Amino acid sequence: MSDTDMIDAVVERHHRDGARLMQILRETQEQLGWLSPSTLTAIAEAIAWPRAMVEGTADFYSFFHTRPMGRYRVLWSDNITDRMLGNTDLMQAMCKKLWLEPGRVSEDGLVSVDTTSCTGMCDQGPAVLVNYRAITRMTPARVGEMVGLIRSEMPVAEWPAEWFSVDDNIRRKDMLLAHDLVPGQALAAALERGPEKMLAEIRDARLRGRGGAGFSTGQKWETCRNAEGNGSNAAHYVVCNADEGEPGTFKDRVLLTSHADLVFEGMSIAGLVVGAKKGLLYLRGEYRYLLEALESALATRRAAKLLGKNILDTDFEFDIEIHLGAGAYICGEESALIESLEGKPGRPRIRPPFPVTHGYLDQPTTVNNVETLAASCLIAAHGSAWYAQHGTEKSTGSKILSVSGDCERSGIYEYPYGVTVRQVLEDCGASDCQAVQISGPSGICVAEGEFDRRIAFEDIPTAGAFMVFDETRDMFEVARNFAHFFAHESCGFCTPCRVGTTLVRNLMDKIARQHGSPYDIDELFKLHRLMQGASHCGLGNSACNPIFDTLNKFRPAYEHRLMSLDYEPAFDLDAALSQARQMTGRDDAAAHLQNEAEA
Amino acid sequence: MNALINATLFPPKKLRVATTSLAGCFGCHMSFLDIDERILKLIELIEFDRSPLTDIKHCGPCDLGLIEGGLCNAENVHVLREFRTHCKILVAVGACAINGGLPAQRNHLDLRDVLEEVYQTEPGLSHGGVPNDPELPLPLNKVHPIHEVVKVDYFLPGCPPPADAIWKFLTDLLAGRTPTLGHGLLHYD
Amino acid sequence: MKTSNSEVSVQANAREARVKADRPAETKANNIFQLDGEDIPFRPGQTIMQAATHHGTYIPHLCWHPDFSAHGSCKLCTVKVNGRFGSSCTIAAQPGLDVENRTAELDDKRRTLLQMLFVEGNHFCPSCEKSGNCALQATAYELNMMSPHFDMFYPDRPVDASHPDILLDFNRCIMCALCVAASRDVDGKNIFYMGGRGLLGRRVHISSESGKLADTDFAVTDRAASICPVGVILPKRKGFAVPIGQRTYDLAPISKQVRDTTP
Ligand SMILES: Cc1cc2nc3c(=O)[nH]c(=O)nc-3n(C[C@H](O)[C@H](O)[C@H](O)COP(=O)(O)O)c2cc1C
Ligand code: SF4
Ligand code: SF4
Ligand code: SF4
Ligand code: FES
Ligand code: FES
Repeated sequence: MSDTDMIDAVVERHHRDGARLMQILRETQEQLGWLSPSTLTAIAEAIAWPRAMVEGTADFYSFFHTRPMGRYRVLWSDNITDRMLGNTDLMQAMCKKLWLEPGRVSEDGLVSVDTTSCTGMCDQGPAVLVNYRAITRMTPARVGEMVGLIRSEMPVAEWPAEWFSVDDNIRRKDMLLAHDLVPGQALAAALERGPEKMLAEIRDARLRGRGGAGFSTGQKWETCRNAEGNGSNAAHYVVCNADEGEPGTFKDRVLLTSHADLVFEGMSIAGLVVGAKKGLLYLRGEYRYLLEALESALATRRAAKLLGKNILDTDFEFDIEIHLGAGAYICGEESALIESLEGKPGRPRIRPPFPVTHGYLDQPTTVNNVETLAASCLIAAHGSAWYAQHGTEKSTGSKILSVSGDCERSGIYEYPYGVTVRQVLEDCGASDCQAVQISGPSGICVAEGEFDRRIAFEDIPTAGAFMVFDETRDMFEVARNFAHFFAHESCGFCTPCRVGTTLVRNLMDKIARQHGSPYDIDELFKLHRLMQGASHCGLGNSACNPIFDTLNKFRPAYEHRLMSLDYEPAFDLDAALSQARQMTGRDDAAAHLQNEAEA
Repeated sequence: MNALINATLFPPKKLRVATTSLAGCFGCHMSFLDIDERILKLIELIEFDRSPLTDIKHCGPCDLGLIEGGLCNAENVHVLREFRTHCKILVAVGACAINGGLPAQRNHLDLRDVLEEVYQTEPGLSHGGVPNDPELPLPLNKVHPIHEVVKVDYFLPGCPPPADAIWKFLTDLLAGRTPTLGHGLLHYD
Repeated sequence: MKTSNSEVSVQANAREARVKADRPAETKANNIFQLDGEDIPFRPGQTIMQAATHHGTYIPHLCWHPDFSAHGSCKLCTVKVNGRFGSSCTIAAQPGLDVENRTAELDDKRRTLLQMLFVEGNHFCPSCEKSGNCALQATAYELNMMSPHFDMFYPDRPVDASHPDILLDFNRCIMCALCVAASRDVDGKNIFYMGGRGLLGRRVHISSESGKLADTDFAVTDRAASICPVGVILPKRKGFAVPIGQRTYDLAPISKQVRDTTP
């Protein structure tokens, strides 16, 4: 098949629908290796979009390439937990064996090796993605074998199957993970009640969003239900947010692996309540390996009349489409996610209007986290009274935590809301714990004196990440890893975050090089104050949280590294003469600059 | 102005001022001289230490240091540090000192390529190889504004700053006010 | 775009007259909010920025333009509305809002945002044709920005001289997307598009396979040719036409040239 025919076939499969652009780009790239200028032109023509818009989307996502990136693309997950498991050395070893610099494509166009943001395998790292397939538990031996397979150009599909195994690691089950529902049970109960009564149950259960913000699910569904559709394509939509990009979070991965029916059923219940016929599951690109299993779970549900027209022989109609993301943390933010669903770069929208009134295709849309939707099934099946008995007054039900880092048993822990940090640490076998980063880099860093605080909306709210750091860890390096994460993931739309995240990263690197001074610490505080108030979305607003927390709670980790109390140069002065030394061959005293000024 | 710069307000000791041009074009110094007859008033209040206007080679203890030009080579860094060590107040004067200015437009080129082109490959230029005389200061990989290397207390923008801006700036400073320029005097070009 | 001194003041006078004449008819007595203690009348549906601009009161801004819907990216227009930070170009005016605008706190933040914009690009005003007519520069003057403060990034950004009549120098782009809006909404050509991600990636794309402006149907008469608030999209052969001292912001500070329609 020629390239043009191939592109045509892909575009045709997606009904020449620009809103499917992300899928079109991914499938095209899976076949052609990269997205060349002429490929983008062909796609633009086929979906009748301006070419620049197609290029804008292709250019936005980390997993799309507008330049050839090698037949094998190895991406090392670079969360702090991967670092703690030694990913840096492993990646270096791999690059050395391949004669490669990180980020560069080998001269024969065979392979490139680079880092990527957390891939959600923190409980079984160090992890890599090879051609966007997840591989866990990297070891020096595996690196060696992998290099061999790449050199011999063995197709990734034929690599050892056990490399691709991803374990659930469920360590503690509570009401949700221990549910005994069969597919259709919760949905039948919801249909029995009808949308209004079902909504009332959700409200009475006081269910709140598990994606981070903790918004009342009942209120969200109600507003969406009451909003009129807009224009000639009036409709309502349900979106399941499975972007799970917050480093250290992997509980949605487990729900989608082992409880996909519960998630799809929750989406259907939401559809019933808000009056939607269509649901969209936005799956992060890192979880590409789950796509086929999820598609087949959908097919099974269709066959069982749990999706489609006349669901369970009622006149309720609902179906679900899966959209795969392409490596952009910002797409977890609900309005950026909707932009991405529409085939555009994941740029957060101006709000208001909110998605509940103007969401996907400008229609009323409820965006909910995977876990929120799964929990709604429990409420449908067992009622709000039963549900609200669990947890605390303001935080009903349970929360699934993704525990990783310095502990004996990392994995998935479900607790009723209200559990103390100390309890979780005990259960996961964490000794000599110094700090826990809860809810990921944008969450909070909890130090030893605070371990009696509780996981609950009224104390420590969380999207689920629970990264443990023992006394040997350097909390400055933890914060610096997060600073790099935010600089990499800022969407670049607004000034404070686009420039601020990079300034913060550079300052942290400067302090790490032992060239910092108290002036630089003041700068960090100043940037925090600016970005927190002026940024366009939650990413920029919270990007300095880990810096602020560690500066307050682990100040000496910064102070140890300061060069002096005096102002320090922004760059390494002696290194700034390197090129001239190289070109002149000089190495005399005058060919060097001391980094400290002579007194 | 005389009322402001009044002997009763100031101790009889003159303010000691040093100036220098790093990677600059002397435009700022020329502009300084453009304050014309006002320089006579100024001379009553200040005296010059190291400066292209004097013959003093090294900067001694000063109240005020005025730096024109950015950092292009190792020598610039040494001079800047000497100024920072000896001047209580250090002022970046002009676009080049403040953001690298025109010389910084080489920053998107690789210094090695530049040296190679100038000294080795470009026809019509001397082909003696890159000079390696230890007397010559080595160029920095990139041109930098001075605030990236030392703490700068005040900035006086312009390319060059107009004489009126320099006058306003200095008289504010002498009178103990935070210098402000305002519309018409604050210029980046 | 090119306006001489007298035109500006004539327009300003005309606007004031119109505002005064319009006010009783179009705003109800209770459609008023407070901006730094001043009463600002508004029509329902207007943003804080629109109402203030119509009233002749300056709120610093770069990516907002009266002829286009708000983009909300530069954040220069950040104000405090009833004590909370927000972008005045996107927040709807409502009766009784208490809005802080030119406070020391907010102007400090704005100055920092300007410094960010200056260091992320390459702004060498002395050699820029837009100097004196540039909104970024004029806003920096207004906010007394004396230095870029941060370390310079000196990015390597392209210049596109392919088009016969227009030069593009992306070294000065502030990502306001006004060119995108003008080309899409007025010219109907969709020649520009904001793409990329993060600090290094984010850029304006040109809608042609070569990425060159010459390979599009862009024309010097397009609205997009005259919309850029800084010195990216410049007409060729017209450099430095207005002498120093006579340029837009030589004549009066940007805060004294509040216009709610384009000249
Ligand atoms: C930068 C950013 C990233 C986010 N990432 C996620 C995510 O990966 N998953 C998620 O469910 N919510 C994420 N959110 C929160 C969503 O915007 C939204 O609040 C949530 O999906 C709503 O679902 P819920 O009400 O069920 O919690 C993110 C928010 C921000 C600002
Ligand atoms: S805060 Fe950051 S991620 Fe959010 S819109 Fe601004 S640049 Fe994009
Ligand atoms: S665009 Fe404006 S700020 Fe930038 S160099 Fe030109 S005049 Fe100066
Ligand atoms: S080119 Fe000009 S108008 Fe377009 S985004 Fe950049 S600064 Fe704005
Ligand atoms: S030397 Fe004065 S502005 Fe460049
Ligand atoms: S003017 Fe409001 S964000 Fe730019």
